Amino acid sequence: MREVAVIGSGVTKFGELWEKSLADLVAEAGITAIMDAGIDGTDIDAMYIGGMSAGRFVGQEHLGALAAEVSGLSEMHIPSTRVEAACASGGLALHSGYLAVASGAYDTVVVGGAEKMTDVAGKEATNILASAASREWEAFFGATFPGLYALMARYHMHKYGTTPEQLASVAVKNHHNGSMNPNAQYRREITVEEVLNSTMVADPLHLLDCSPITDGAAAVIITSLDKAKEFTDDPVKIRASAQASDSISLAGRSRFDALPATIEAAKRAYKQAGIEPSDIDFAEVHDCFTIAEIMAIEDLGFFKKGEGGKASEEGLTALDGEIPINTSGGLKSKGHPVGATGIAQIHELLLQLRGKADKRQIEKAEIGLAHNVGGSGGTAVIHILEAI
Amino acid sequence: MSIARYWREIPQRYNLIGTKCGSCGRVYFPPKAICPVCRRKSIGKMEEYKLKGTGTVETYTIIHTPPPHFEGEEPYAIALIKMDEGCYLVGEIVDCDFEEIHIGMKVEACFRRIEEDGTRGAIQYGYKFRKAE
Repeated sequence: MREVAVIGSGVTKFGELWEKSLADLVAEAGITAIMDAGIDGTDIDAMYIGGMSAGRFVGQEHLGALAAEVSGLSEMHIPSTRVEAACASGGLALHSGYLAVASGAYDTVVVGGAEKMTDVAGKEATNILASAASREWEAFFGATFPGLYALMARYHMHKYGTTPEQLASVAVKNHHNGSMNPNAQYRREITVEEVLNSTMVADPLHLLDCSPITDGAAAVIITSLDKAKEFTDDPVKIRASAQASDSISLAGRSRFDALPATIEAAKRAYKQAGIEPSDIDFAEVHDCFTIAEIMAIEDLGFFKKGEGGKASEEGLTALDGEIPINTSGGLKSKGHPVGATGIAQIHELLLQLRGKADKRQIEKAEIGLAHNVGGSGGTAVIHILEAI
Repeated sequence: MSIARYWREIPQRYNLIGTKCGSCGRVYFPPKAICPVCRRKSIGKMEEYKLKGTGTVETYTIIHTPPPHFEGEEPYAIALIKMDEGCYLVGEIVDCDFEEIHIGMKVEACFRRIEEDGTRGAIQYGYKFRKAE
């Protein structure tokens, strides 16, 4: 297997983008990343695009061909593949592209992710998102997607004494970080009281414990590490790319205080990189709900199981903390266009590792981790990137 | 939902028919074609098994923002239940004040209406749970 590097990235603004279609978003992110990497169309060997449910959000499937067309690459007939793993579609697209480059099959690959979620009403979007869980044995019986995370939240609170205030502190921290991200959907600071006073969605999760419905796209360019130097002086090495699966339904899992898929993917990623959790300087984790970030920082080995809530409340995951988590604002504040999220996380790692994160730049950014989850934990994808 | 999709799940939704692995004895719901523990050894040995319908609340939530087919039902309680046979399932808790619901509460399955497919479509039934005596 060859070593692989990321040589460029791009994201669109995240938010409720009435003036932009799915195709507009894909083109904008792709072109920005191609320009950032300094490559030409003739350098591109293949494209992968992550998208969860364009078929139901905008009635459009066949995203591979759509991406080729809107990026101006259709006449070159470049292989273009759509990848789907619910909210982990972006991360899994990168894993697929990584394997293609590492294997030597392709040299330079564009990996994108996109979701246009606001062309349907909010309730319909929520219903579409529920298809990331088991439709027949969870959603049918009235369990919503926030509801499944609420079940895990209550379990975590009961077992470890995690408090609603600790959950809220995750949202407060992520909004603070997001306030410094020009591409974020919500650039507004919030308080613990505001979170606790916001509408209850699925007890104990309030509206401000939940990530929003978002339009957006992101793209990165990857190539072999040897070739990377031809395009940029500033390549970032992919130290690990790992995926793990689990039962699509929560009831089919071995435990409810963690996502076993995250634990397993992390084990594989750390092994591939030959490092320990303590070697990670910062991470973008999948905070679709505040409890998800608390479980993630435990499952990734940054904190002991049960101590994630306390760590968040004490500021250990803040920009100036022991291990900054979600410097971009996370899914909570930056927004969560499901198919784009996994790639947008890589964009943030790139900014931090290259020292270009502006006001939210952290001091020590040498090794970063991105953690992308599909559904309530049926898929987990982890990437570890290093500045070289 | 098409009638066929509803119809083929009737054994599970009406009568909690799962499967038992003939190799290790573990019980699964919904039914599995293969036991994830025994894998190859279980092929051809998965037997139909009717759950007793009793279990314990492992964790629960009160849903305030419902999906389209539960609109008007909110707020309602959803629980992850550990069935006495050892498998878990997700279902609604009914006939009980929310204050009474707690982790460790004993529950039993009951037969209820789940949703109606519009005003002229099929009414779909299935299991919900109530506090056990």
